[in-house]
Amino acid sequence: MKIRRRAVVFGGVAVVGAGLFGIKALDMHEGSRAIALTTGKGEHNFATWLKIAADDTVTLYSPHIDFGQGSQSALAQMLAEELDADWNHVKVAQAPADPAFANVAIVRAFMSEITGHPDLVAALPAPFLGMLARGIKLQITGGSTAVRFTGQHSVRAVGAAARAALVDTAAARLNVPATELTAADSKVSHAKSGRALRYGELAEEAAGRSLDLQVQLKPRAAYKLIGKPVDRFDIPAKVDGSAQYGMDFSLPEMRVATVFAAPIREGKLLSVDPAPALAIKGVEKVIKLDDAVVVVASGYWPALNGVRALAPSFSDAGHSALSSASIFAAQTALNMGDKVDDAAGLGDVGPAFAAPGAKVIEADYRLPFLHQAMMEPFALTAHHHDGKLEVWGGSQDPLSARYVLAEASGLSLDDVTFHPMIMGGGFGRRFPAYAQILAQIAKIAMQLDHPVKLIWSREEDVKQGAYRPQTSAHLKAALGKDGRITAWQTDYAQFADAEREVKFFYTVPATARRHHTYISNQVDAYFRSVNSSQHGFWNESFMDELAHLAGQDPYQFRRAHLSAGSRHMAVLDSVAQRSGWGSDLPAGTGRGIAITECFGTIVAQVVEASLNPDGSPKVHRVFAVVDCGTTVNPKNAEAQVQGGIIMGLSTTIGEAITLTGGAVDQNSFSDYPVLKLAETPQIDVFFIESDAIMGGLGEPGLPPAGPALANALFAITGKRVRNLPILTQAAI
Amino acid sequence: MPIAAQVNGQAVMLNAEPDTPLLWVLREELGLTGTKFGCGIQACGACSVHIDGEVMRSCGVPVSDVAGKAIITIEGLGSKDAPHPLQTAWIKHQVPQCGYCQSGQLMAAAALIKTSPNPTDEQIDAAMTNICRCGTYPRIREAIHALSATGKSA
Repeated sequence: MKIRRRAVVFGGVAVVGAGLFGIKALDMHEGSRAIALTTGKGEHNFATWLKIAADDTVTLYSPHIDFGQGSQSALAQMLAEELDADWNHVKVAQAPADPAFANVAIVRAFMSEITGHPDLVAALPAPFLGMLARGIKLQITGGSTAVRFTGQHSVRAVGAAARAALVDTAAARLNVPATELTAADSKVSHAKSGRALRYGELAEEAAGRSLDLQVQLKPRAAYKLIGKPVDRFDIPAKVDGSAQYGMDFSLPEMRVATVFAAPIREGKLLSVDPAPALAIKGVEKVIKLDDAVVVVASGYWPALNGVRALAPSFSDAGHSALSSASIFAAQTALNMGDKVDDAAGLGDVGPAFAAPGAKVIEADYRLPFLHQAMMEPFALTAHHHDGKLEVWGGSQDPLSARYVLAEASGLSLDDVTFHPMIMGGGFGRRFPAYAQILAQIAKIAMQLDHPVKLIWSREEDVKQGAYRPQTSAHLKAALGKDGRITAWQTDYAQFADAEREVKFFYTVPATARRHHTYISNQVDAYFRSVNSSQHGFWNESFMDELAHLAGQDPYQFRRAHLSAGSRHMAVLDSVAQRSGWGSDLPAGTGRGIAITECFGTIVAQVVEASLNPDGSPKVHRVFAVVDCGTTVNPKNAEAQVQGGIIMGLSTTIGEAITLTGGAVDQNSFSDYPVLKLAETPQIDVFFIESDAIMGGLGEPGLPPAGPALANALFAITGKRVRNLPILTQAAI
Repeated sequence: MPIAAQVNGQAVMLNAEPDTPLLWVLREELGLTGTKFGCGIQACGACSVHIDGEVMRSCGVPVSDVAGKAIITIEGLGSKDAPHPLQTAWIKHQVPQCGYCQSGQLMAAAALIKTSPNPTDEQIDAAMTNICRCGTYPRIREAIHALSATGKSA
């Protein structure tokens, strides 16, 4: 999450929206819109997000989309927990991409993080926060926020408040004090008289009551559903082929289009002769966009053949000299230069570096662009009819997607509908700000009389990506006579300051983290775990370098720089113990350790690895210990951490997007190798449960895997991995 | 010339141009969207189907090659009333995350257990080469092993 950017927007909206009367009126308007959008006969809406039907069915409207992380089911668990609902009759639905469903809870949580004053933010009236959420069109899924922010700040409170309203309604109807009533399994019961009322019978009247959202939530000891490994709702449809992704949607008379955009990002389409495409059977139209050419056909195959038959000419936008090597050179120059754009840290590193007897080491780390490589390439379907535009497909922020579609089509927001669908992955790629397909489909649909589905080829997906930025860092640290770190300085060059996302948790008396802004022709995009993967890699690799310099065991050396009794130390100790750190391994096999904190969750990992005969790394086992406070669904939590580790290993071993002449070199999975089952090690995941503030889980498993592997390879070879990926580092 | 084949036990006449990959005929002509497009170069396996009992990546099979052949897609692997044991195992072990690759994974796994009802880890490694970006591999392995442990795979 780029919280810094959000903060700027918050500021602007906050100034505009100071009149409280207007906010109140807007909020009531949005509330009635939510009811109109979700409820049919016999269905009753509570606080926007919850619906209870006469037949007792409980439906949660999730502002977070499903792209595999399982948070919709976890949110339903949290709702049902507080609502005391019958789990067998709980459902979850995607919230409409409508301002009425802007995510207020995330605004509250983000503002708490940005301002550092959660108490002040908590005191702001909910309608005001709602207005902010709508003002910035917020309905995102990212930053590992669904459970820890939306779930904890909103969904549980809605469940508890609705439960209270149902109990109060029952008390009035049964003419008994509410204190004599108990709620369980979607029923309110009066033990003394043996009478009970179903939620479905109470819902209409209860929904008319004003809800008190400042409710007491259940303590851990009272949990019946939170912490249980229930089955996810989405899985049955994903094993029989019936789940409908954006790629699968179709309409009568629909055409299929595919696109080829300027190979050099920011380049423009200069000219194209449409004739070769139009000569192909099934091709109907060639559409020129500002920076791309589109072929519309009766199906994907003729559309693809049509695009391949064209020889469009694009400008290079002045980037023809840009390459991965030139980017690293420019970044290294920035890191060694005097211009610092953002600075953070503690104390003064200068004297420590200059102290007599100090051992000072320096190292440069270079990490490539990375591609999210979601399994479902971009695909959206649109139909422009009667002055309105309807679009179906996936987005990491359906509400913002609707605004982007409105802007690109020139239509008003009211004339644009976006129907969010489940997605075959995302990992940061599907944010509307840089999902080029949104503007493309809007512009194409406006020129056609028929519905159209735009599908990106895998080659387009790889070449036109929104990558994790290529980054470089220069690290410098000093060891005192006692073998402890006295100073640590990191200079890093990339687009954005990483300070908000990357926590430096080691006890070092003097630290300096200096960001040098570097901008290429690529967009500054999110990648699973955002800045934590690159910063985690060099911090935890350099920590190993320091341990080696100090002649100390890497685990003990880290431990000596963590606060006694801290959560970090508990996680590190646990992973060392579980992995048998220090015990004998077969010859040629080594262990590496790493610990990072990402989106409020602390993860430590130990990797056991050896070398294949061709010199490539072979990972045998990974042990992970995770402290995210509470896990809502331990089975799904384990899957998220496993998935993060596999992605972390994959990116470290073989993945890189490189540029030559300003254009991306890679094409598909053939030259962007993603880890496969045979290369996947056994992974053991253990959670430390506590009442600590909940952290995220979709992303934090990733960052330690890379450095733990690199440190294991050092243990075998004595060679430090400072450039990634491991397989091709010599070439970059 | 329409191409005659059998899909999930039904006789079909396919009208696509002969060079059209089977994947797009299944998805666009027959509406069987459970078979997924992932890469188009037979690298990821999301489009895996069975052709005369053998697992194939349908993005690389021209429709002209399937004349007279029997094709099974994910929609025909099991049914609501009688799911394939692997589908049951996939739910029990909560394998899918985004789920997009899972049709292909299931088709590859079904072909594996047909020839090797109790596959070793090495056989699973060799047969399960489809890409999953979410990283469900440990559970895929677990679900296949669990099936052979219960003896249902034969």
